[in-house]
Amino acid sequence: MIKAILIFNNHGKPRLIRFYQYFAEDMQQQIIRETFHLVSKRDDNVCNFLEGGSLIGGSDYKLIYRHYATLYFVFCVDSSESELGILDLIQVFVETLDKCFENVCELDLIFHMDKVHYILQEVVMGGMVLETNMNEIIAQVEVQNRLEKSESLPFILH
Amino acid sequence: MALKIVKGSIDRMFDKNLQDLVRGIRNHKEDEAKYISTCIDEIKQELKQDNIAVKANAVCKLTYLQMLGYDVSWAAFNIVEVMSSSKFTYKRIGYLAASQCFHESTDVIMLTTNQIRKDLSSPNQYDTGVALTGLSCFVTPDLARDLANDIMTLMSHTKPYIRKKAVLIMYKVFLKYPESLRPAFPRLKEKLEDPDPGVQSAAVNVICELARRNPKNYLSLAPLFFKLMTSSTNNWVLIKIIKLFGALTPLEPRLGKKLIEPLTNLIHRIYLFFSQILHHLSAITLVCFSWLIAFLFFITVLISLSSGMPNHSASIQLCVQKLRILIEDSDQNLKYLGLLAMSKILKTHPKSVQSHKDLILQCLDDKDESIRLRALDLLYGMVSKKNLMEIVKKLMLHVDKAEGTTYRDELLTKIIDICSQSNYQYITNFEWYISILVELTRLEGTRHGHLIASQMLDVAIRVKAIRVFAVAQMATLLDNAHMLTGNTQRNGICEVLYAAAWICGEFSEHLENPMETLEAMLRPKVATLPGHIQAVYVQNAAKLFATVLKSQEGNTDSTTAQEASQLMIDRLPLFVQSANLEVQERASCILQLVKYIQKLQQKDVEVSEEVCALFAGELNPVAPKAQKKVPIPDGLDLDAWINEPPSESESEDEQPKAIFSKEEPKHSRPRHTEVDEKELARRREARKQEQANNPFYIKASPSSQKVYQETPGVEHIPVVQIDLSVPLKVPGLPMSDQYVKLEEERRQKERAEKKKKDKKKRKEKRSGRGKKHDSGPESEEDITPAHMVDIVTEEMPENALPSDDDERDPADPHKKSSKHKKKKQKREKEDKEKKKKKKHHHHHHHHGDKGGEESVQNGTVEEEEPLPRRLISVMLTFIFLFYSFDRKAYDIQGNLQDGSQVVVSVIFENKCDSFLKSMEFNVLDSLNSKLQRPEGSGPHDSLTIPFQLPPGVSNEARFVFTVQSIIMPQKLKGTLTFIVKNEESSTHEKLDFKLHFTCTSYLITTPCYSDAFAKLLESGDLKSSSIRLEGVNMPFHHLLARICFHHHFSVVERIDSCASMYSRSIQGHHVCLLVKISSQTVSVDAKCDEPTLLGNVLDEIKQTFSQC
Repeated sequence: MIKAILIFNNHGKPRLIRFYQYFAEDMQQQIIRETFHLVSKRDDNVCNFLEGGSLIGGSDYKLIYRHYATLYFVFCVDSSESELGILDLIQVFVETLDKCFENVCELDLIFHMDKVHYILQEVVMGGMVLETNMNEIIAQVEVQNRLEKSESLPFILH
Repeated sequence: MALKIVKGSIDRMFDKNLQDLVRGIRNHKEDEAKYISTCIDEIKQELKQDNIAVKANAVCKLTYLQMLGYDVSWAAFNIVEVMSSSKFTYKRIGYLAASQCFHESTDVIMLTTNQIRKDLSSPNQYDTGVALTGLSCFVTPDLARDLANDIMTLMSHTKPYIRKKAVLIMYKVFLKYPESLRPAFPRLKEKLEDPDPGVQSAAVNVICELARRNPKNYLSLAPLFFKLMTSSTNNWVLIKIIKLFGALTPLEPRLGKKLIEPLTNLIHRIYLFFSQILHHLSAITLVCFSWLIAFLFFITVLISLSSGMPNHSASIQLCVQKLRILIEDSDQNLKYLGLLAMSKILKTHPKSVQSHKDLILQCLDDKDESIRLRALDLLYGMVSKKNLMEIVKKLMLHVDKAEGTTYRDELLTKIIDICSQSNYQYITNFEWYISILVELTRLEGTRHGHLIASQMLDVAIRVKAIRVFAVAQMATLLDNAHMLTGNTQRNGICEVLYAAAWICGEFSEHLENPMETLEAMLRPKVATLPGHIQAVYVQNAAKLFATVLKSQEGNTDSTTAQEASQLMIDRLPLFVQSANLEVQERASCILQLVKYIQKLQQKDVEVSEEVCALFAGELNPVAPKAQKKVPIPDGLDLDAWINEPPSESESEDEQPKAIFSKEEPKHSRPRHTEVDEKELARRREARKQEQANNPFYIKASPSSQKVYQETPGVEHIPVVQIDLSVPLKVPGLPMSDQYVKLEEERRQKERAEKKKKDKKKRKEKRSGRGKKHDSGPESEEDITPAHMVDIVTEEMPENALPSDDDERDPADPHKKSSKHKKKKQKREKEDKEKKKKKKHHHHHHHHGDKGGEESVQNGTVEEEEPLPRRLISVMLTFIFLFYSFDRKAYDIQGNLQDGSQVVVSVIFENKCDSFLKSMEFNVLDSLNSKLQRPEGSGPHDSLTIPFQLPPGVSNEARFVFTVQSIIMPQKLKGTLTFIVKNEESSTHEKLDFKLHFTCTSYLITTPCYSDAFAKLLESGDLKSSSIRLEGVNMPFHHLLARICFHHHFSVVERIDSCASMYSRSIQGHHVCLLVKISSQTVSVDAKCDEPTLLGNVLDEIKQTFSQC
């Protein structure tokens, strides 16, 4: 199970947070801070796995993260997930974002947090991996975007 | 009405949307909080409007603010409103907001049930999808109960998009409403065979999660999963299934045997998948890593399976060896995963991992904390009596070097864990341990002062022989208390003073100079310590005082005793003023007492005896099992109901069946208090409720009821006399290092004595063996500890039942192995001689060859006559170096003489979109190397490859070559012919390739011990040669790892920038290397009994480094 997905930038500013277990808002912020603290002090050439987040999880959980330019993508998962598998999932997610936003950059995530959420919802659902096939994910996202567009056109007539 | 709506829409144009909000926040960096609060006010206004579009916009903004840490639960009702919009756009915004901020105690959730039900049955599949996604995040027990049926229906929806979501969400529903599991299960099982791979994957996912909690109940699904595993094309599904099998095999050993073969076939797929992942991560070429990944993965599987297969220790051994290569690799992810796999092996085969201690210790130096922590984790299982001191010494060095308190604290706890594990099983010298603990107190800023303190107390109380030493050490600690307290008030390390004061007081009779210690304990500085420590100080000062009086008893000169009283009277008032009640109370009590004693002293009355009586009697630790040992009085049945359970519960208990067994509770012992009927009923109800809500509740097996045996237990472990060869006094703070040396001497002495004894014994009789050795839990070496942990004095209740051995933790592998060892010891000794001779042959089993093509780097075969690429490109992706995990390899082991066979594994991957069949593989034999063909076929016949390749599929074929001489590298030309078949036509195609047999590929990584290595070099049979490599710009350990990996060497010994390495060929040639590095120049001095082979291997090494 995936317990949380966090995206924040090099300064620890959250760009997307998705907890699959309830934490109050202040606790969420604390977790983000702790995770950022843990992840940001690591060099880029060390491994992508990290144990020891004390606020979220405990001994069965580990952080699997990747650092792309200005953003950190952090997945907090338990031992039922394969480490390399999750690394691949992050890659799939990022590539999907890249396709959907056409050369995604931090600004896209800043201004379209909702859209990023909708894409993520097609990848992970309720903490479980829903789809790993990028084409399938993109197809579903696009259909829904079209649906949204078709709804927004005739709004003046309502 | 229409006007109102139009007005709303126009208003909306002036509203801020999400982008405006974000932009605004970014523009107000100075007063962000203020800006946001005005935004929230605006949002509140917007939410009051009737226009749903405005509301949705507001809710969308709230979702963003929630991410920034603002509580938006006040808008919960508005979120529900937006959720119930008929438009998908708004609905989606509503559900997103709900999934971000709703939780079980959000009360408006109750209102959503009907809306969600409506959405679930919406004709628009995306409405349904959005509802399912949202629900998966905020499902409550009530929602789960009410909607379980609707979701179950959706599992058979016509759209796979809905099916997969419905299947996945079922897991959440099971968690919240366990009753739904039983009716839903058949359908879930059916979904394992859904035509859509996404749905299938979701079903596998759910079942794996369920089985992770309670694997036993899902054993019956094994055949189905087995089928899936061999047929599925989804890598994710495969990984999950294999993980599941890992959990199932320990329960059903037969599964493991069955799995080995299909797994071997799967590996190629998985490795391709994984290698792609790593390929993203590192710039290193794919081929270089792919086998490592495949291997790593296979190991993980093998380990999980191996517990069911005792005969696989040889393969485990091999696994560990290869894991070593992985860990020595420069890629950090591989290193981490290698260590992770290692720790899995450690659980089942501790012995095979223990020999790689050096590597693990090396990893402790890694720059990456994750890797250091993994290595630490492994250390725990590798200690033995023999190496404990050495390991801890190394760890202590790391403690000194470590930066960052987290890692240092982790080291500290690990040191203590390692030493104290299994009741101090591995500690042979407790003086050493005390010194270690005292050294640890010098750590600054650690949080684990209490841990050290409790260890000090534990050891001092339980190991009687150590008390003299411990007390001396603690007295020094108290004397130097200022070093511990330092300037920081909130310093955790001062906790050790608690232990020090107590030990000095309680065992004060061992104190060299109680007066001095008393003075140290009453220094004014003590008043700055935390209250509970001061309290112990005061109390133990009194104990010390008593001891001083006693020591002066009969002494005509009473000045010392009077000085002591005066000291107490002078210093105690400070504590009487303490703000801490406990300290105050104790201090004033004792102060009055001492004043009274002083009066008596002045009258020359002997008081020491009375004062000592205050603290008479020994405080013994209570055994942890003491409570359990209290005999149950006759006629008391603890498992019987005090009141019959209400009848309705019976029907509930009968319900569970195999898969969902939710079983009877393990009865807790009822308290013998009068509880009225109502209270009992209420509790029972609560308990039932709790169990009902726990889908993974497992009943304790009936055997957990203790059966006490009448055999004598632990109580006969005697206390070994303290060894006098160890000095009892160490001036100043102790240095643990000296013990390592002393211990060595002690052991040598013991060994010598033991030999004598053994001789005697043998003469006497052989029957002595039958009785258990009296040295407590034995370890692999018969190292007798200098002090024993004294379990005897642990307080047991009267009439305690004798202990039973089966209480030992069955999961502890060390104990098991040590037991085994004892029995085997004798036979092993006899076998040793034989084995030594055999060993030579053991490594002769066939060895895979690296068929490096011209362009090994990217793993494709350069076609000599290029074919139209788009039409066809058969890729010989890469050739396995190590096939040894194949079942076959084990069989071959018996066939010892074959030093002339090489197995080449080739993976064929069909990258075109046509069907490939009738593949034939042929190689032009040379005089030296011949492809083994089936009997009866001519020397130029092709081998038919026994499979066909549909588009996108890969498979592996193996070819055996007979090689006469292995001292020269060679290339073999070959051809692959096949038929390409598509709808309209089928054509015959040909692909040429070269197989490159390097000399390196004839080498097998063989571990060699430094003494054997030295002997080999001394023997003088080896010819030497050397090369120099200029401009090598890489760390030395990378260089070594490279040689190990590319050329199959193992490191024998490494000292600074110099290392000796060893390998041997399949025909038994020894190859020894001495590698030195100095400022980018590497010199390799090599020795081998075959100069030509050596020359070629060196050339290949040179080439490896010229490429980088």
